[in-house]
Amino acid sequence: MSAASDTRLAPLVMPARLGARPSPYPGWFFLPAAVIYGVLFLMPTFASLYFSLTRWTLFNSTFIGFENFAQFFREPFLIRGLVNTVLYAVITSGLKVVLGMLLALLLTSQILARGYLRSVVFFPVLVSTVGVGITFTVLMHPTTGMINEGLALIGIKGPGWLTNPNLALFSVALVDVWKGVGLATVIYIAGIVAIPQDYYEAARIDGATKFQNFLYITLPLSRPATATVITLSFIGGLRTFDLIWAMTRGGPGFASDTVASVIYKQYQAGFYGLSTAGNVVLFVLIGVLVVPLTMLLNRKQGHE
Amino acid sequence: MQKTNRRHAIAGFAAGLMGFTALSGAAFAQQTTLSLFAPNDQAAVAYTEAMVTAFEAANPDINVEIEVGPGGTERDNMVKSRLATGTMNDVFVYNAGSLFQAINPLQTTVDLTNEPYMSTILGSFKQTVAASDGTLRGVPYGQAMGGGILYNKKVYEELGLSVPMTWAEFMANNAKIKDAGKAPVIQTFGDTWTSQLFILADFFNVQAKNPQFAEMYTRGEAKYADTPAAMGGFQKQADIFNAGDLNEDFGAATLNDGLRMLAMGEGAHYPMLTFAVGTIAQDYPDQLKDVGFFALPGDDAAVNGTTVWMPTALYISASSPNLEAAKKLVAFVASKEGGCDPWVKLNAITGPFLIQGCELPADVPPAVTDLQTYFTADGRTAPALEFLSPVKGPSLENITVEVGSGIRTPKDAAALYDEDVRKQAQQLGLPGW
Amino acid sequence: MKSRPSILISAAAIVASTVVFLIPFAFIVLMAFKDRRQSLLRDFSWPNGFHLWDNVVEVAATRNWMLITAFINSTILTVASVTLLVVLAAMVGFVLARRKTRFNGLIEFLILAGLMIPPAVVPTIWLLQGLGLFGKLHGLVLIEVAYGLSFSILLYRAFISTIPRELDEAAIIDGARPLDVFFRVILPLLWPVTVTNIVVQSVAIFNDFTNPLYYLPGNGNATVQLTLYNFQSQFNTSYNLLFTNILLITIPPLLVFLFFNRQIVAGVTAGAVKG
Repeated sequence: MSAASDTRLAPLVMPARLGARPSPYPGWFFLPAAVIYGVLFLMPTFASLYFSLTRWTLFNSTFIGFENFAQFFREPFLIRGLVNTVLYAVITSGLKVVLGMLLALLLTSQILARGYLRSVVFFPVLVSTVGVGITFTVLMHPTTGMINEGLALIGIKGPGWLTNPNLALFSVALVDVWKGVGLATVIYIAGIVAIPQDYYEAARIDGATKFQNFLYITLPLSRPATATVITLSFIGGLRTFDLIWAMTRGGPGFASDTVASVIYKQYQAGFYGLSTAGNVVLFVLIGVLVVPLTMLLNRKQGHE
Repeated sequence: MQKTNRRHAIAGFAAGLMGFTALSGAAFAQQTTLSLFAPNDQAAVAYTEAMVTAFEAANPDINVEIEVGPGGTERDNMVKSRLATGTMNDVFVYNAGSLFQAINPLQTTVDLTNEPYMSTILGSFKQTVAASDGTLRGVPYGQAMGGGILYNKKVYEELGLSVPMTWAEFMANNAKIKDAGKAPVIQTFGDTWTSQLFILADFFNVQAKNPQFAEMYTRGEAKYADTPAAMGGFQKQADIFNAGDLNEDFGAATLNDGLRMLAMGEGAHYPMLTFAVGTIAQDYPDQLKDVGFFALPGDDAAVNGTTVWMPTALYISASSPNLEAAKKLVAFVASKEGGCDPWVKLNAITGPFLIQGCELPADVPPAVTDLQTYFTADGRTAPALEFLSPVKGPSLENITVEVGSGIRTPKDAAALYDEDVRKQAQQLGLPGW
Repeated sequence: MKSRPSILISAAAIVASTVVFLIPFAFIVLMAFKDRRQSLLRDFSWPNGFHLWDNVVEVAATRNWMLITAFINSTILTVASVTLLVVLAAMVGFVLARRKTRFNGLIEFLILAGLMIPPAVVPTIWLLQGLGLFGKLHGLVLIEVAYGLSFSILLYRAFISTIPRELDEAAIIDGARPLDVFFRVILPLLWPVTVTNIVVQSVAIFNDFTNPLYYLPGNGNATVQLTLYNFQSQFNTSYNLLFTNILLITIPPLLVFLFFNRQIVAGVTAGAVKG
């Protein structure tokens, strides 16, 4: 290893300077990103915090204190929406983590047509969410949709995937997983191939089975990948909006409404102060769930 | 050698570029460019393009750029954001009535009250584009439409049915149609907005029984849940579901599906607005003559009329720098030449015009002729509630899907809607809520 | 030594993946071949007639060749944003992972916040107007960078921990300056992650719908997702044109992916050799 680094750096050799050297991890590396992020994201967010305390018509705003928040919590389907939100996040991130890992294992093992399989699995990530939503709404049509027609071929009467109020949210979650599992898989693949082969060699010499390899080498050493996938898909699931909107608009009725779609509907209706307050509530909800999760995942990472 | 060639190339390119800019500068020196925010449904787009072509021919110094934007709630969003940030196009097409009131028209639109063409526009339209100080802000963009039941005339002939004048007759017809193996009432919850038609189209009947409803409703004194006449719409929708008179795929069918079923005779009745006739004309031209229209019946055969929707309107944005040119365009749209003739030429008439002097041609589809009969008699039309009151809750379409699917009872639904409407009223700052 | 590839599992995998992942795409292609009337049925029937070329031309020519403008705009937007994102995010992720200060917790929270908080549209528009960036492509580039930083930084931070510190230290002992350490030592080793980041962000930005809608209005400024509006209206949808549009705008991300896919494979084999 050191030999490789020497040859790489030979042209850069300079006489070492005496005295205090600036840290090789300079703080100013943060600067350009911080400026863009701070100005274009953080500042407007703080501004909108103020507006959540007003009745805002975009043209003028009247300060009404916490009334928006009170109104938001009086929203008839809020409890349902909160439950849906958490349920959706748990289902999608759970499935993405498990299926992503399984697929990654499959796609890094010795099977044929690996390149093809990887492309195929990742392909749905590339299609626009609106496109995916439209396509699957058609495929899930209760009578003429391909899924139910396929089921009919083997004698099963398919349910109303998007028209049954008890099933709608779950159906959208499945489509979400279909679309997103490719990304989880790729992240896992990146993590798995980074594991040095030495470990597997040593394990083989010790006569370990494939399952033991997985449990004691692959799983622990792909922790950064797992943590990333869990964090990203859980937050994404809590905030999800595009796909639900494209497929059910929160329907039938209000059955697949999540907090994000409730907020969006309020925004569409022109209740800007109320929807901004909703955003604050959503953020707090996410924070309460995600921050402990992140701390748990990072702490387990241990050494750095 | 290479360097000189490159220099020559660059010089030539620069000269060409300057020449081009000079030329185009000369050509466009006198041109004003107006930008128009247009709706995106096909008929309206076709009309817009035809109208703009005619306008530019008559006004060679004005160039109109058409920007097509989404409809529905997304349009509401875009219009409000652009107006609030002063980035709206010079002229824009948007709803009249309650949605118009919600965009703060006093600040965002140009006053057109004293323009010469205003006297040729029908009063029933003018009141829907009047701001709170009484000034008029828009001109009609399209035709009026009726909301009621589109029905298949062939099915009626086959089964020997006649147009129902009461709800009981309507349900009796439905029973006969169901026995014949067709879907009596088509519903298309795949496009949720279509589920509202029962409630909205029933307003004529509400108005007939409670003439003060709209005013009291705006003041917060009348509610859907405790006004039996207003509850009628919700009840009717539930009745249809309970009688099993729906098409099998009502939960997922879309507007296009519904129109196909209606045109082809797979279903007999489709609660809808008459603009849909234009879509049928485009997609099922051979079946156009089979489609008719009648008003949603109430309880009394003697009091039967249709609820009417005003078309969208064309407004001038207050932040537009091209006021003169914009006014010329608006004047053109408010004239027979710009506001009526292009529709006639395109054969896309779906209702009466709001500009005096615009006659309907003789060969309009039967459904439009049916609609006309309500306008020619007295007291057989009423404007929809959204044109008499600024209060309209955003969740109505979700609530009506629930009622139409049997998920919620009419009484609960009415109460829920009242609650929904309260937020809207408060947002508008109306007294009494 | 290496286990033989299992034919059975391979075959099963190929069939299953084709059915699950490619059939929806097949549907899109099928719809693109139909004419308007047949596409209204939205079923899996075989198209009667080959309308693909007509559909493509009609889609491309709509609204004055808006699709072509949109492709150009989206490409510029994507390339510029992704380039900035890769460099800036890697820089931040690098220092964040290596250098432990008491601010790290706060910084990580702010980054996480970027994933959690939905952007506030109207105040952002006001801000962009104040800075003279509203309605300009470079303004939107900066917005996409701002919104994409959280994801990218998170990705980099997680994977920089797999690069041993010894490499940095060796370089520093040899006298390399921080920028050199970063660009010549670290960044090359992060190639698989960079590729993943490029692909994901390119797709996200190319397919972004809402941000161009709010911050880059106007026909001349159209980006590809906006063209879908031309065919999907509240009242009247031309499904064949809509799906042709979806098909056309899926092609660039597909090309990006196919191109970088080879790079991922190269990264994999390099990683296997790395000892």
